[in-house]
Parts: sequence; C-alpha cells; structure tokens
Amino acid sequence: MSYQSMNEAKERCEREEIPFWKAIQLEDAEERGIEVEDSWNKMKYMWQSMQDALDAYEPDLISRSGLVGKEGGLMEAYREKGNTLCGDFMAKVMTNALKMGCNNACMKRIVAAPTAGACGVLPAVLVTYYREFDVPEETMIEAMYVAAGLGQIIANRAYLAGASGGCQAEIGSGSGMAAGAICYVRGGSTGQIGDACAMALKNLMGLVCDPVGGLVEVPCVKRNVGGAVNAMAAADMALAGITSKIPVDQVIDAMKEVGDKMDVSLRETGVGGVAGSLAAEKVVKRMNM
Amino acid sequence: MGNIFDILGPVMVGPSSSHTAGAARIGLIARQLYGRQPEKATVYLHGSFAATGKGHGTDKALIAGLLGMLPDDMRIPSSFEVAKEEGMEFTIQNKDIKEAHPNTAQIIMEAEGVPTMTIQAYSIGGGRIRVCKLDGLDVNFSGESCTLIIRNVDEPGRIMEVAAALSKAEINVATMQVFRDKRGGTAVMVVETDQIVPKTAIDDLESKPGIIRVKFLDPNGTTV
Repeated sequence: MSYQSMNEAKERCEREEIPFWKAIQLEDAEERGIEVEDSWNKMKYMWQSMQDALDAYEPDLISRSGLVGKEGGLMEAYREKGNTLCGDFMAKVMTNALKMGCNNACMKRIVAAPTAGACGVLPAVLVTYYREFDVPEETMIEAMYVAAGLGQIIANRAYLAGASGGCQAEIGSGSGMAAGAICYVRGGSTGQIGDACAMALKNLMGLVCDPVGGLVEVPCVKRNVGGAVNAMAAADMALAGITSKIPVDQVIDAMKEVGDKMDVSLRETGVGGVAGSLAAEKVVKRMNM
Repeated sequence: MGNIFDILGPVMVGPSSSHTAGAARIGLIARQLYGRQPEKATVYLHGSFAATGKGHGTDKALIAGLLGMLPDDMRIPSSFEVAKEEGMEFTIQNKDIKEAHPNTAQIIMEAEGVPTMTIQAYSIGGGRIRVCKLDGLDVNFSGESCTLIIRNVDEPGRIMEVAAALSKAEINVATMQVFRDKRGGTAVMVVETDQIVPKTAIDDLESKPGIIRVKFLDPNGTTV
C-alpha cells in the first residue's frame, strides 16, 4: 500500500534510517513484487526518456492548432543574448520548460510527470540542473523517486488531473514534486523536501484549468514555466531554513478542498477562464471546432 | 491508484494522456482483440473525443493503435500515411453514442475471411482505458492484465469447461465476468488471469462445442 501521507513516509525513513527516496523505492518494489534493481532501472529509463524528449525539440514545429511551438526557440535565442532579467540559469530552466510544453503540443514523445500537460516542469528543473552542475546521475535518479513519491501522496490525498481539481492538480503538483526533488539534490533533509513541496503547492493553490479550445496548448505550455520557476524558488526557501507553517499533508488536503469547490467551467472543460475570452472564441471559430 | 510509474510516466507521444495515449491504446487493444490488422476500419468519436479529438490527435492515435503502434511510437503523428502505405482503409466520423463516457470511441474492424468485429472503449486518463462493448455485448476490462475473452453459446456447462481448461494449464483466475445478450443467445466471458494462457489451452477451448471464439490479450506481449 503506497504512502497515504508525508508523515507516514517520514516515519518509515526515521524507523529504518533511510532517505526519503529509498522509502519510495522500497515501497514500489514491495507493491509490485519486483527487485529494487528492476525499479531502479525503470526509473533510470524514465530519466533518460526525459532527457531524450527535451533534446528532440524542433523550433520550427507548430502545433495542430497553430497556437504554439516556437516558444522554446524564442526563449533560447533571447537567453543567448545574455541579458535576461532572471539570470542565465533560470532562463535555461524557462527555455526547457517551454521546449517540453511545445514538444507535447506538437505530438512529440514526452514523459507525463505527473500529466502530459505538466510534462515540462520536472525536466526543466532536474535536467537543466544536471547539465549545469557537477552532480552524479545516481543523485538525479534518486531525485526522480522523491518527485514520484510526492506525486503519489498528492494522488492519494487529492488528485493529479485538471478535470478533477483544476491546474493546481497538474502544474501545481508538478511544481511541488520538482521543488522537493531539487531540494533533495541540493542536500535538503526529508523535512525540507516536504517544506519545499508544501510551499510550491501553496503558491499555486487555486490555479484553474482553462485550456483554449480544450487543447493542451494555451495557457498550458507557459504554465510549465510558472511551475518550474516556482519550484526553484520554493526549494531555495526551504534550503534557506524557511519552513512551511502548514505541513505538506494539510496543504494537499486544502488543495483537494479547493479543487472540489472549483466550478466545472474551470476544470478542463475549455469554458471558463482564458478559454472563455473573446480571443479564445476567435481561435476556436478559426479552427472550426 | 496505480504505482509510482503512473505518476512519473507513461512515456508517450503528446499532447494528452487521455485523448492521445489512451486513444492509441484503444486502437491497439481493438487490433489485438481482432487478432490481426483490419483491412478496413470505421471509427466513431463521441463526446470530448469528437469535440477536441482533432486538436489532440485522437484520430491519428486511434489509427496508429490499429496499425500496432504503442502510445510512445514517434510515428503516431503520421499514422494516416502509414495506414495508406500498409493498405488499411479507414474512415473517422463523429457520432453521438447514448449514455457513453465523454472519451469514447467505437471501432468497426473488417477483413476478408474474418468476421467483422465492433468494439467500444473509453479513455479514463493517464493513458488507461476500459473496453465496454464487444460486438454489442456489454463487457468491462482494461487490458492491463492477462485477459482471456471467450465468446460462447449461452448454455449450461460452458463456464465449467473454461474453468477446467484453465485449471489443467495451472492458470490462476484473478477476476471473471460473464455477459450475455439474451437467455440462450450469445455470451461473453472475460477472464483476467495471473499467468499467460498458453496457445495449447486456447486451441483446446476453441475446439469445444458451444465455444465460438477465444481471444487472449497479453499486456506485455508483442502486438499481433
């Protein structure tokens, strides 16, 4: 039975004196009746697939609706000029989030993490970091377990689908997972991993799912940037010793409550939010949907 | 809820786990149930599949699945061209299917010398699906486990025969469902098993009177 709360996972970590990622890996092996090596190899495959997916970006592709596709290339060219507001590393994070979002919209291969619409957040944070700093690949795969474990706790207590809980459940969850994962890479404790996740989730709580024309394009591609940048900020806060005054389990419960109260027009129906704007109506009309 | 690789994963061609990856899987399961690549496929899209299917590549993904492609196959965007090369004719239309799940597809498969088959399935998110109708009969399975599908005449003793054949092959039954159109009519048994059902057991079953057709879905097996 997978962990129903961060508390439960933390208790096991303390009892068995193991890191958070190990508790997640052991649970996966126990649940599926496999060896830990098999679990590790599958996670390694996911990590490799994420990197391959990122590298497959093509700046000239555009999505079937014609709305997105070039954003990754535009951001990359802008960063290369060396005059970004956010600094070089963060600009790379943003570029990679856009590339993955565009890849997804353009029917290229991606790793849903936790969903296809939010597939850019985790690689934008983890792959960008891995390529910029000297860090062993094993640490990154361990961080993938951290992300997966946090995602599973969110899935068990709330949800990961925009149709169920709005975009807070997709980009919000992806951001919380990435925050905890990168916090771990930088040496954060299990407590700090939970704090980073909690802060990232709180910052995006209430985010609605309002895709124009019902497509995973606008505003989804750019929201991956929001999720990635937010994850980095939340991890830095946790590493600075700033704690979440609300424990992560209770933040997830609050997210569930907010999602339940969210009007159906704001849950992936393509009706409310920016999907209901005049510009969106024009797009839909042009696409003859 | 599944395992951690339902959270980190699947690896898939975008843009949507429900409308693209799930659609490819519906096509693939349909092909496996049919036992071969159809020469002609008629596809109907219902609900959200009809409304946003084009933008999500639902149409291309369904055809890709019928051609035997997995949800992470890079050829999904060009599946229409592949179908042409391989000589699989297809049509795709929207249709309002009564009381169906919003992400529903109905597929009619035809080939010379093989009886026509109609399946209806829906996508539940995360790339996972449920098959809900097989040739007009209600069924309910995901194709995620080993699944034996038996079409038989609705008469006494058929379930026992299947149970005996599985027992003889040392196959453990995980779940078993039975459906029929009417008393004494056509029935379907959907049996999920813990082990792979060997071909000998399938041939053995098929030779029994009252058993019309037997199909086996191996979730990890190569596609037909």
